[in-house]
Amino acid sequence: MIWRRLIRPGALFWWALLAATWALSTWSFQLYKAFDARWIIRFPSGWKLPMESWISDAMKWLLEDATFGLFTFRELTRFVSAVIEAPYDLVRAALADGFMQGQGSYAVEIAPPLSWIAVIAIMAILGRVARDWRLAALTGACFLYLAVFGQWDSAMVTLASVMIAVPIGVLGGLLLGIASFRWPWVERALRPLLDLMQTVPVFAYLVPVLFLFGFGPVAALVATVVYAMPPMVRVATVALQSVPEEVVEAGKMAGCTRRQMMWKVLIPSAAPTLMVGVNQVIMLTLNMVIIASMIGAGGLGFDVLSALRRLDIGGGIEAGLAIVVMAIALDRVSQAFSTRLPSKVAGQDVNFVRRHPWFATAFAIIALTYIAGLFLPPVQSYPEAATLTTSAFWEDAMRWINVNFYDTLEAIKDVFLTTLLLPVKRFFTGIPWAWGLIAVSLAAGRIGGWRLGLLALLLTGFIIVNGLWAKAMITVYLVGVSVLIAYAIGVPLGIWAGQNARAHKWVGAFIDTLQTLPSFVYLIPVVMLFRVGDFSAMIAVILYALAPAVRYAAHGIRSIEPQMIEAGLVSGCTRRQILWRIKLPLAAPSLLLGLNQTIMLAISMLVITALVGTRDLGQEVYIALTKANTGQGIVAGLSVAFIAIIADRCVSAMARQSRERLGLQ
Amino acid sequence: MKYTAATSALALGLTLAAPALAEVESQDPIRLTTHDWTGQIVNTTILGEILKKAGYNVELVQADYIAQFAGLKTGDLHVATEIWETTGREAMDEATATGNVVNLGESGMKAIEEWWYPAYMEERCPGLPDWKALNDCAQEFATSETAPLGRYLGGPVTWGGFDEERVESLGLDFEVVHAGTDAALFAELESAYQREAPIVLWIYSPHWSTVKYDGSYVEFPPYTPECYDDPSWGTNPDMAYDCAKPTGPIWKVAWAGVEEKWPGAAEIIRNYTLSNDEMGALVAAVDLDGESIEDAAAGWMEENADKVDGWIN
Repeated sequence: MIWRRLIRPGALFWWALLAATWALSTWSFQLYKAFDARWIIRFPSGWKLPMESWISDAMKWLLEDATFGLFTFRELTRFVSAVIEAPYDLVRAALADGFMQGQGSYAVEIAPPLSWIAVIAIMAILGRVARDWRLAALTGACFLYLAVFGQWDSAMVTLASVMIAVPIGVLGGLLLGIASFRWPWVERALRPLLDLMQTVPVFAYLVPVLFLFGFGPVAALVATVVYAMPPMVRVATVALQSVPEEVVEAGKMAGCTRRQMMWKVLIPSAAPTLMVGVNQVIMLTLNMVIIASMIGAGGLGFDVLSALRRLDIGGGIEAGLAIVVMAIALDRVSQAFSTRLPSKVAGQDVNFVRRHPWFATAFAIIALTYIAGLFLPPVQSYPEAATLTTSAFWEDAMRWINVNFYDTLEAIKDVFLTTLLLPVKRFFTGIPWAWGLIAVSLAAGRIGGWRLGLLALLLTGFIIVNGLWAKAMITVYLVGVSVLIAYAIGVPLGIWAGQNARAHKWVGAFIDTLQTLPSFVYLIPVVMLFRVGDFSAMIAVILYALAPAVRYAAHGIRSIEPQMIEAGLVSGCTRRQILWRIKLPLAAPSLLLGLNQTIMLAISMLVITALVGTRDLGQEVYIALTKANTGQGIVAGLSVAFIAIIADRCVSAMARQSRERLGLQ
Repeated sequence: MKYTAATSALALGLTLAAPALAEVESQDPIRLTTHDWTGQIVNTTILGEILKKAGYNVELVQADYIAQFAGLKTGDLHVATEIWETTGREAMDEATATGNVVNLGESGMKAIEEWWYPAYMEERCPGLPDWKALNDCAQEFATSETAPLGRYLGGPVTWGGFDEERVESLGLDFEVVHAGTDAALFAELESAYQREAPIVLWIYSPHWSTVKYDGSYVEFPPYTPECYDDPSWGTNPDMAYDCAKPTGPIWKVAWAGVEEKWPGAAEIIRNYTLSNDEMGALVAAVDLDGESIEDAAAGWMEENADKVDGWIN
């Protein structure tokens, strides 16, 4: 069935396109020699637009000259910093530093930070309020882990930035979501902006953020919010749009004003969906912990980075796992809140303690531990002597693998390099830019109509006129190969997990860890085993991008209606036939969505693989970061985003067509 | 960084007597930048301790090595303790040219950057450390991706270093592979060292790696400025870069306003120096023996109390 589709007349277009591209890629050098036209293989530097310097100049103008009359642009951004910094300092003092009076050597501690016991208790109470004692035990245990493994102080600094970034991201996202819901033009205007916020690599805008918001934790918070907010906007828009009509009618009949309608009717009814957005913001904020620490956020991210810089692999893994543990606790609590049923509210006549029993308990614990902490230091801060470390274990394990298996791994690597990576690389890097522009536009147009073709033409054109074609092709090659392998591993895993409840549990835990574990943690072991080069970069990308391939495949298989499978059984299908003829075709839209997400994650990981040593757009972004070149960073970052957008639009169009073919819509 | 002064004093309605300390020009904190390598953090922590001893308030702020110049120009940041001649010269010159950033002199440490190999390679490649031996053993250093050429692992492309040019002009049978960060660089060294596998790569000091791993720098024809500027100089008459990499001082730089606002502190910063050996020992204590940065800095302060007092007065 699949084979027949490959030789249909419609498929001829693709074969012809591929053949032409292959031929041009293979003989582009000969063509250049034959016609003595160097422009065929290299975009002439004379045609390059000086977009980098335009952006850098614009940035300089913003920083030095832009003014609103009464105050300058810079004063405005600095004011924003100050507004964010005040609550951040407060939370940080409460969790990590303690309240101080006076400066420097004159500083006197007025009150210590919350004791570790109090924080663990508060987290457990949150778990209890959100759902039940089991969740309370889980969140309490997660935070206890932080104390026992000696990560407490850094973890509290990270928690402080999470506690500031998340409310800003949620509130900002909610307000933008409300605006998109009220005025369709806002939604139309925001959509491309959100796409860019999600696809431009964070490294690309770290430098301008630093310039505008000053050095220190606030700049890191701003970058985090930019990265973590978009899903909240999208979720809020959808949540408000899907409030049932009857609820809105009821509100109208009760005579609600516009404001009452929004805050008393729409938002409360959309609350469960909104909590999904909150959850996303929390997870993305934690994803940013490492990158934020590069520009002064400190905390666990900084511990990971500094451990890796001194090749303390065990230390890096421990700090990385602390981030995972924190993510698990916050994720489960926020998910529980999104499904929580409204609890019985006690009457207004009983006293405060009766009305808010958990709040009162938390307050009592804080007060008790504070007083006890004055006399018993271990109550205030977890005794250092009682901390555990597994650092040596990881170190030895890594050494053992390295000494015993290096040669085997090297052999496997060589096979992959010669049979897959190098030929694909040669193919992509050989494509002349002019043909590349045509081919991408034709392909996009064929998949999604002329509008998509035009979009692809413009976006690819942007990359070319900025002289980034060669680096973009290396990017495409690296992403392409990694996605191919991630998909080849992820989909079978997902199918297995989709059909087997036990497997689902284990596979789920595995990919959750892979996704929240900061990629830096495994970057260094990967380099130790596979050396600096494309292969190491590919392994890192695969590890990171595996999750959506698995998740969507499992989801697709699980959400097939049982009648379809029963119908198959009744007509005498074997298990293999059920899988290939029923389950897989029906899961196709889901599989394509998974492909889309795999590509997106692979692209977002590319910038980080530049830290291993690749020659792609990621490296361009990273170089711009280390040289503090705003223009170069933004141009390269936009190029990455544009590749992602073209891929996203094409795969989405394919998914839509496949849904229509199956009659699912 | 901390929830300080005014707000908490207001909140509690307290004023506490401050301990008596020497009078200084301004109580505002002097912001010293820290980067992401241990040596620099230890160095900055020590300078911070010295300034505190002299009565100044100090704040350590994490900032990127190059991006910090934007902050130093505007006075957001005040002092950077390590700008390496070899990697930071360009950015430093650009910043001092604006007049908002001043060079406060050498830190006493010398930056060395060169091709380096582990000691066990001397057996397999007897001619080392002379650079001419590299070609005889290029096979030893080859990997499947670079064969028949040897593989030399260079630093991130942003570090410059002219290694491609050096390979070309000295006729070395090597291919230059760039690591993306120095973490990747040292990960490869650690891996090769565990297996006693051949490796030649870019190492710099002061850094913990030269303390932890036994090995030597390759000896190229010594660097002179003419070697980089004049193709006819050196063994290759047609190409430049046929010599070793330059070594150079590590500089201390500061926001120009530091000298007006805290002249005494500026004087102390100018006086402050640390030698390569001291730095090596400090870094080894922190990165190899697991001592905390604060303890290492405090230990140094204790041992060098007389020297510090000399700088302060």
